[in-house]
Amino acid sequence: MNNTNSKPAGLHNVKTMNRLELTKRLVGHLKADEAVIGGIGNTNFDLWETGQRAQNFYMLGSMGLAIPIALGVAIAQPKRHVVALEGDGSLLMQLGCLATVAVQAPKNLTIVLWDNGIYQITGSQPTASAATADLVAIARASGLANSNWAADEDEFDRMFAQALKSGGPTLIAARIDGEPGVGKTDRDPVQIRARFMQGMGAKK
Amino acid sequence: MTDMPKSWHEIVLATLKANDIKLIVYVPDRVLTPLIKALHADSFFTVFAATREEEAIGIVSGAWMGGMKSAVLMQTSGFATLPNALASLVVPSQIPALMFVSERGTLGEFNLGQAMVCKTMRPVLDSLGIENHTITRHDELEFVLERSIKQAFATQAPVTFILSPLLTGGKVFSK
Repeated sequence: MNNTNSKPAGLHNVKTMNRLELTKRLVGHLKADEAVIGGIGNTNFDLWETGQRAQNFYMLGSMGLAIPIALGVAIAQPKRHVVALEGDGSLLMQLGCLATVAVQAPKNLTIVLWDNGIYQITGSQPTASAATADLVAIARASGLANSNWAADEDEFDRMFAQALKSGGPTLIAARIDGEPGVGKTDRDPVQIRARFMQGMGAKK
Repeated sequence: MTDMPKSWHEIVLATLKANDIKLIVYVPDRVLTPLIKALHADSFFTVFAATREEEAIGIVSGAWMGGMKSAVLMQTSGFATLPNALASLVVPSQIPALMFVSERGTLGEFNLGQAMVCKTMRPVLDSLGIENHTITRHDELEFVLERSIKQAFATQAPVTFILSPLLTGGKVFSK
């Protein structure tokens, strides 16, 4: 079996895009102090590079917990839209969170998955999503019916704008290239947490 | 006329409510079942199961940062899955995560794996400097919970309540 044949079926018509470019587009849609939870590593670095917002939480460790953290924020603040940015390796580590999100079904939660098929930050070893695991199919089977691959940048824009407007939870997955993250998150967990809480209006 | 003495789980529920702990995320445990049932039955609380304890820690961390107080319920073996989430998220970010652990592995344990994993719990908590209380006495339960929950939020530090079989009755041999 060669790599082309073993590629997840849902990915054949999906363009390989760039995470920083898509993160910029995503942030451009944020007009209502939406919360953004950035998963560890390059996801976080590119979010940092697009400009620091008080409503961004830059998760420094705890691989796999960006979606659970976003779910917690979404439950605490039902009037605010919450976006989780997560990588394929991170999601594969905590797949059960998709089922939990589906059961709780918060209308104000959007999950954005950056899938480059590699554990990029540790040396670009292949993840299961490079070969056989279709993370959108897994999300749908977990109960997140509104889960889709973005075919290209324009479709990503449309899907994300729609997700902010309509009832979630929504999962948008983008196949991305192997370009490393550009920014460098300031690694001060207390400051990140305090700023985020101020951005959420939960702390003076 | 005197009130009926409250059970341990009634005291836990009442103390959570008195401290405005609205969100309860748990991974199920037999001993905690009466508490979990009572929480589900009380509309003050939002209560649901997570698939893993780490996930529950993520959820309550997010909720607290969003302004909602919350707690995690689990058993001893579940706590053993947590060191990374505690060391890389809760402790360095100074998040007042409230953790209730139903203690297995001691005082009549029948499963060697449970007995072994129980031995890891306090060293992990101590090595991370996480405040922890093993509660054995019914008459001390409310005091320990009430004071420690307030301390957790005042000092922005996590706390773990280890509910001993001496308090809860524990899990007993089924045959």
